[in-house]
Amino acid sequence: MLTGLHSKKGAQLALGLLAGIVFGFLLQKGGATQYDVIIGQLLFEDFTVVKIMLSAVVVGMIGVHLLRSLGLAQLHPKQGSWGSILIGGLLFGCGFATLGYCPGTVAGAVGNGHLDALIGGVGGILLGAWLFAVLYPRLQATILNKGDFGDITLPQLLKVNAWYVVPPAAAGLVGLLALLEWAGL
Amino acid sequence: MEWLEMSRWSPYLVGAGIGLLSCLTFLLSDKPLGCSTAFARSSGMIERIFRGRKASLRPYFQKFAPVVDWEWTLVVGVIIGAAISAKLSGSLAATWVPDKWADTFGPAAAPRLAVAVLGGILMGLGSRWAGGCTSGHGISGTLQLAASSWLAVACFFAGGVAVAMLIFHVLGG
Repeated sequence: MLTGLHSKKGAQLALGLLAGIVFGFLLQKGGATQYDVIIGQLLFEDFTVVKIMLSAVVVGMIGVHLLRSLGLAQLHPKQGSWGSILIGGLLFGCGFATLGYCPGTVAGAVGNGHLDALIGGVGGILLGAWLFAVLYPRLQATILNKGDFGDITLPQLLKVNAWYVVPPAAAGLVGLLALLEWAGL
Repeated sequence: MEWLEMSRWSPYLVGAGIGLLSCLTFLLSDKPLGCSTAFARSSGMIERIFRGRKASLRPYFQKFAPVVDWEWTLVVGVIIGAAISAKLSGSLAATWVPDKWADTFGPAAAPRLAVAVLGGILMGLGSRWAGGCTSGHGISGTLQLAASSWLAVACFFAGGVAVAMLIFHVLGG
């Protein structure tokens, strides 16, 4: 791994900015910085968002697992518990539909000039994230660790090498995309 | 360079590009793409303006310090990158109300802003509760085959579809 580069703080901040510029450029070109496109997905009228996400997952899944097998990258799966993921995920979903952007696309929408994203979106997300920081000690002591399952990955869950999961998962996602195209969506 | 001026690219091309970008960030920065932590850090920076060092003592800000990090500059980059793309295709313009919203609920800015703030609060709270957002869980987590992220993305869309249907087909219908 490029551990020397990973520990250079200034270089990393610059790389983060650069990666963000590419990410924002791609999101805008894909239409994902548009409220209409995101809401269209949630109403099953426009499948752009799912097409972008699934293609990103297929390419990224193969690439990152290759890098890992070559010793050039390590995985960072997130910790999870039923109390955090189920409740947080559903709250997020309600916000996703109400705001019509997510934390990444809201930044892109701001760049695009959408003021509802700037004032409502960024302002609201900052307020919500701060509210979570305030509630955190109480939530941590009660609900966040309920049904903790740690940072387990699907290959670990199935007790197999990741390469038994990556090709079928990639094939399944490509099949799903083909199905969407076939259905004319 | 006509392709840079196109207003839309194929979603498959855009997705593949984001997948390749993910590989690069793992390789060069040892980091998955993610956006919501930056908002938590920023909220801590803002609280610090009002309350000084006391804000940093919150247990959550001990875990996610209110400082500029890789992910924070990433989010700033997203704003810049989207602005460049929009400028090149001629779609960079200040708007208050999205078309789809205006078609259903009218062109007034105040109702849209009020609903957007409410949505933002839910999203900020939910993303930190679940420990990630559509990029951190939805793309980076699922591509690592993390169990938490596959569950999270199912919940994001379940909640999102239900509320979008409620807003547009029940309240707006």
